[in-house]
Amino acid sequence: MRRATFAVGLFLALFLVLAFLTLPIVAIFVHASPADLIKSLGEPDARDALWLSLKTSLAALAIIVVIGTPAAYLLATRDFRGRTVVVTLIELPLVLPPAVAGIALLASFGPQGLFGSALHDAGIELVLQTAGVIVALTFVAAPFYLRQAQEAFAAVDRSLLDAARTLGASEARAFIRVAVPCAGQGITSGMALAWGRALGEFGATLMFAGSFQGITQTVPLAIFARFSTDFTSALALSGVLVLVSAALLLSVKMLGRSSVLGGGAT
Amino acid sequence: MRAVAARSRQLLAVVAVGLACLAAITGCGGSGSDDSDQLIVSAAASLDTAFNDYVDAAGIDAKMSFAGSDELAAQIRQGVKPDVYAAANTTLPDQLHKEGLVGEPTVFATNTLVLAVPHDSRIESLEDLTKPDTSIVMGDPTVPVGSYTREVLDRLPADQSKAIYDNVRSEEPDVSSISGKLTQGAADAGFVYITDVTASDGQLRAIQLPADLQPDVAYGAAVVSGAKNPDGARAFIDGLLSGDGATALKEAGFRPPPG
Repeated sequence: MRRATFAVGLFLALFLVLAFLTLPIVAIFVHASPADLIKSLGEPDARDALWLSLKTSLAALAIIVVIGTPAAYLLATRDFRGRTVVVTLIELPLVLPPAVAGIALLASFGPQGLFGSALHDAGIELVLQTAGVIVALTFVAAPFYLRQAQEAFAAVDRSLLDAARTLGASEARAFIRVAVPCAGQGITSGMALAWGRALGEFGATLMFAGSFQGITQTVPLAIFARFSTDFTSALALSGVLVLVSAALLLSVKMLGRSSVLGGGAT
Repeated sequence: MRAVAARSRQLLAVVAVGLACLAAITGCGGSGSDDSDQLIVSAAASLDTAFNDYVDAAGIDAKMSFAGSDELAAQIRQGVKPDVYAAANTTLPDQLHKEGLVGEPTVFATNTLVLAVPHDSRIESLEDLTKPDTSIVMGDPTVPVGSYTREVLDRLPADQSKAIYDNVRSEEPDVSSISGKLTQGAADAGFVYITDVTASDGQLRAIQLPADLQPDVAYGAAVVSGAKNPDGARAFIDGLLSGDGATALKEAGFRPPPG
């Protein structure tokens, strides 16, 4: 009897979670018909925004993966003084509101920021530029990847790495051939999370990079710009973003699964 | 076995408490807005300083939300019901009135569009904005400050206005976002209201536009149809014309409505 009530409680909780998280998404597609979605894809500002979102989020993801993977590996495999502090600092952007991230980026990389004049002297311009969007996306999305990758590396069986080393593999080789494939699933889910966060970034982008069609106006900014004039087209573009994000996340997950299987087979 | 049962009871209790909290939160939200005294005001971002001074001086218990007038109008069209809607133009309140969403609008202030630059800038005139490598920010076309700006630029000779448009690097959703970019040095120049320059405490410098280019910047406010506190809303708008509101507007640099 009690077990039954407990089970009912669990189902009720799941039902609430599911209803609350999916209803708003369903509402988008109730209000914006497939015809609206296709029509919004035909608008040049929507296409510019989608293309820019794709480009900048991929660039940010590439930076995050290339630099983040070895960094996460180090954090997962080495113990050193101040490790906890480092991990906490790296995870801090996870809990920062986007507006704080935007202000912080301006205060560091803006023209009057800490590194403003150094960047200027080096001929690097970030604010109001596409490069600034990539910086903002990298800042907010990187912790999602680092966290997942670090956990995935920590879960890799040390004896496998040790075996590779005894068989004569260098540490770099053991990292690339053993650790990365073994942590594959965690790494790819980290990529999916970071990519999703980057695609949805709004506040930090607006504050640091501004909003200009084709240069800095990513899809979330384009949705916001349409909200006041044309709610239906804002909904339609939201629907497109939902579909694109869902497709990306799904394909990353499937890729992760197959690469893990492939890694296991070799 | 008993431990499992105790565990499940605990979990169930947690779920129950969670649901109760949820109910309490939503319940509180509901009863909170029933408090007949509290006034909910949706106002143009440029009114931030003036309205905050107004409610402080008059001791009004108000919850104010500042954003682009167009965003706030869109919220009202989506069923959001503040008590007062105050916009940086008269077009949006008039449109909402025609749609039956707000009452008869009242024009309560006027403002002046200016060219704003960081205080140490070398820019002195509209002419300077045509130089290459000048980065300009302006309002999005849908927000009043953006449409006033375009009104000004479209009155310039075609080659001059084109050169200026080519230098635009960002279209911001509201005026505070433009001021922010300028005070941070993220852009060289932008178009805002004189009141925003006053509010920047010397960080920005205003460059007046030639009189023949100056658009008519008038602010309209209205009581939202179906407002929970229509009397408070009416009194709030009346106070903008004479009394604490009018004083606060004047101190912030607004001018009284014509006539």
